[in-house]
Amino acid sequence: MNGLTHKALTWLDERFGAGAIEEFLRHKIIPIHRHTIWYYFGGMTLFLFIIQVLTGILLLLYYRPTPNDAFESVQYMMTQVRFGWLIRSVHSWSANLMIFTAFVHMFSVYFLKAYRKPRELTWVSGMLLLFIIMGFGFSGYLLPWNTLAFFATKVGTEMAGSVPIVGKWFLVFLRGGEEVTGATLTRFFGFHVAVLPGLCTTLLAIHLMLVQQLGMSVPPGVERAIAEGRETKRSIPFFPNFLLRDMIGWYAALGVLGALAAVFPWELGAKADPFAAAPAGIRPEWYFLFMFQTLKYLPSKVLFIDGELLGIFGFSAAALVWVAVPFLDRRIGFGRTTRFFTGAGIFVIGYMVVFSWLALR
Amino acid sequence: MSVPDNPEKAVQPGRRWVNVLLGGGLAASVVSFIYPALRYIIPPPVAESTSRSVVAGRAAELKNNTGKIFKFGSKPALLVRMPDGTFRAFTAVCTHLNCTVQYRDDLHQIWCACHNGLYDLEGRNVSGPPPRPLEVYEVHVQGEDVVVTRKA
Amino acid sequence: MKTAAATFLVLMCVLGSAGADSAKNSCVSCHSLLEDARLLKPAQLFDGDVHHQAGLTCVDCHGGNPNDESLNAMSPAQGFRGVPKKAAIPEFCARCHSDAAYMHPFNPKLRVDQLSEYLTSVHGKKLKQGDAKVAACVDCHGVHNILAVADTRAPVNPSNVATTCGRCHSDAAYMKEYKIPTDQVAHYKKSVHAEILAQGDTSAPTCTTCHGNHGATPPGVKSVANVCGTCHVFFAQLFEKSPHQAAFAQMGLPGCVQCHSNHEIVKPSDTWVGTGANSVCSSCHTAGDAGFKSSQAIAQNLAKLDLAIAQADTVLDTAERAGMEVSNAKLQLASAHEALIKARVNVHTFRDAEVQKITDPGLVIAKQADQAGVAALQELNIRRKGLGVALITIFVAIAGLVLKIRQIEAKPQS
Repeated sequence: MNGLTHKALTWLDERFGAGAIEEFLRHKIIPIHRHTIWYYFGGMTLFLFIIQVLTGILLLLYYRPTPNDAFESVQYMMTQVRFGWLIRSVHSWSANLMIFTAFVHMFSVYFLKAYRKPRELTWVSGMLLLFIIMGFGFSGYLLPWNTLAFFATKVGTEMAGSVPIVGKWFLVFLRGGEEVTGATLTRFFGFHVAVLPGLCTTLLAIHLMLVQQLGMSVPPGVERAIAEGRETKRSIPFFPNFLLRDMIGWYAALGVLGALAAVFPWELGAKADPFAAAPAGIRPEWYFLFMFQTLKYLPSKVLFIDGELLGIFGFSAAALVWVAVPFLDRRIGFGRTTRFFTGAGIFVIGYMVVFSWLALR
Repeated sequence: MSVPDNPEKAVQPGRRWVNVLLGGGLAASVVSFIYPALRYIIPPPVAESTSRSVVAGRAAELKNNTGKIFKFGSKPALLVRMPDGTFRAFTAVCTHLNCTVQYRDDLHQIWCACHNGLYDLEGRNVSGPPPRPLEVYEVHVQGEDVVVTRKA
Repeated sequence: MKTAAATFLVLMCVLGSAGADSAKNSCVSCHSLLEDARLLKPAQLFDGDVHHQAGLTCVDCHGGNPNDESLNAMSPAQGFRGVPKKAAIPEFCARCHSDAAYMHPFNPKLRVDQLSEYLTSVHGKKLKQGDAKVAACVDCHGVHNILAVADTRAPVNPSNVATTCGRCHSDAAYMKEYKIPTDQVAHYKKSVHAEILAQGDTSAPTCTTCHGNHGATPPGVKSVANVCGTCHVFFAQLFEKSPHQAAFAQMGLPGCVQCHSNHEIVKPSDTWVGTGANSVCSSCHTAGDAGFKSSQAIAQNLAKLDLAIAQADTVLDTAERAGMEVSNAKLQLASAHEALIKARVNVHTFRDAEVQKITDPGLVIAKQADQAGVAALQELNIRRKGLGVALITIFVAIAGLVLKIRQIEAKPQS
């Protein structure tokens, strides 16, 4: 690294004892093989998260979380505030992009078996982060208080209520009451800007510390090839080589976000009217579509169990199994291939894609 | 190291140009992000984002026993200065077929020119086709401005 | 036997009235014990009657002696007037109701000319000729349970008038000999006037508003426009100055009714003007005559303005939903809406120029609003220019990064 960076780090080290950082930067390496491209997606998700935080803070300067003012404040931002349209559209698009890259990151880790020992907790913390990110999406979606958001939230929280015993309590907890009202808006705002960011930061710190501690995982196939001499073990330093490549990706993402914000600006819609009938075709955001569509296909009663309940239990069980995959796929820990889990992963992706497409038809 | 001077000198300018390009590109892109954010932070001239309250005009401009139409959101509204100097404000959208009403200083009533509807100065529909009264707004005088607020 | 019954009755009256607090009213105390429904009802109903609440009793109309417990109370010698015959009912009521001095202490606002009005009416005239089937006071107001007009239960309350008139006028069998239609109430119920009245707006007309109540007569052909014009002021004024006024008068056609009907008056539509299937103009005008051309031109002007407003509305709504600031344009468009409404009023001049002088400025405003909406939507596109600048800087940065990577990873010359 050049003299300037070295000088800066020495200055910090003398005051914070940050010599470890310089050591770490010097020594962190990224393995190079045919699957290296997937290494970029974790950093991309983090970058988009930072974009969300920055644009979110800017939005906080003008947003008002009450039913009388929420829609009007967003309208004000989009029509009166200089570049308000840009900040708002970037925030909305980046949210969707971030969820997409998070899923890609998660599935790439899954198929490349990066969850195997000793990285089980990285996987668990990552899955929890994924749930938190989807919580961000769900809570943030309501905040503009337009018709689509209001009814999508109504439908979404309604499903929470069908869980037995705790369902009613959970629904009232989410909504801040029996129905979706201004109380719901205030509550979702609190989740979105305080609770979830707090949880997310904590889990993110754990997740990133684990990644730095344990280094980058090399896929089993590549490891085997290296062991058998069919491939050479190559790597590049993280700083500055991989970081520069990361930055290319981040800049490209910025370009894409700007283009989306300018060419496909996020609609303001019409202010929510709680007493109006729900418009036809209400559905949640795309990342919930596959669950939404599944629930539609389930019959209202399966034997003696309520169909919706069965759906919710099914998804919860599936999520639990998915989080526990590192502990279930034990053979991979011994370096043996497990086609079953790969097949299961392909099935899951196929299921999500097909059902999302069905919901959009 | 027995490296001839010339090749090193040849590499140096190239390295500088790359650094310039990189540094310049990074700086320019950062500016193109920071600039909108900075403009965004500066509050616009119209400070209030709520659409429930509007400055209808300056108190000194309206004489007694006159009315003035002003813009409230995307709808017209009527500000009336009574003979005793106090202000009253109503929506100017007639409850019959949405024409814009006006103050009649000869009748001391609010009149709709489309079908001869009449409202009194409490907003009540007293004659003609209007089926409902006019919505009444709150008026407050803040300094020189007359501020009209829609009730929640 | 009769004597025994009579004695029994008297005995009952005496016993019955023993506990009565108003020993003055032997009428009620006897009649309320009778079994004959016709004689029992008045006693039962009278408590709710507006006359009772004014302090009047049976004797104030029927005469007789309220202190007399015997059947003698009802003798002409004691002033008993009995039940009036149908033909005498108006004068019976008018004994008080036409006496201004008598009525004044009870209700100074009440009119006292009902009888004189009634005698000018079709009902009054026929009654004097001996027709007992027509309506007299009690047929509409009830008897013994008369309620004030403002009371919503009264048969003559505006909300009930059509039903009350309909009791005879919708009964085809009853009305057979009079040879007039019996579908008026049925038509009226389909009208916009009936709809508004049913919603509680008592300024909406019912039968008596146009026909009069006591002097009920259908308005003559010449006076229909006056009747409608009492509420629809602008239309009557414009009609009077229009070419139709003279033409209709000459042909003996009723003004407003010719196009709008008399009882089944419904909300008009723009399609009534012009030459389409719903046109009322085509019922007189044929292709080639001046009126036909006028109606076509009027219809076209209205349609043009309607379309222009709808278009501007759509564009502005789209822009607003996208998050653009278009409140000024929307406010402006309200003037165009207003122009269309005023143009529809001006249709009643039946001159295309008069309609066009309102629709033309309206069209200008609608077009301006439409342009503002389109401009707002284009604003969305202008942002692409700013995007272009940002993309260039990003591209330069990416190029710099790529070159830097190449540079630091280039194999050293050796």
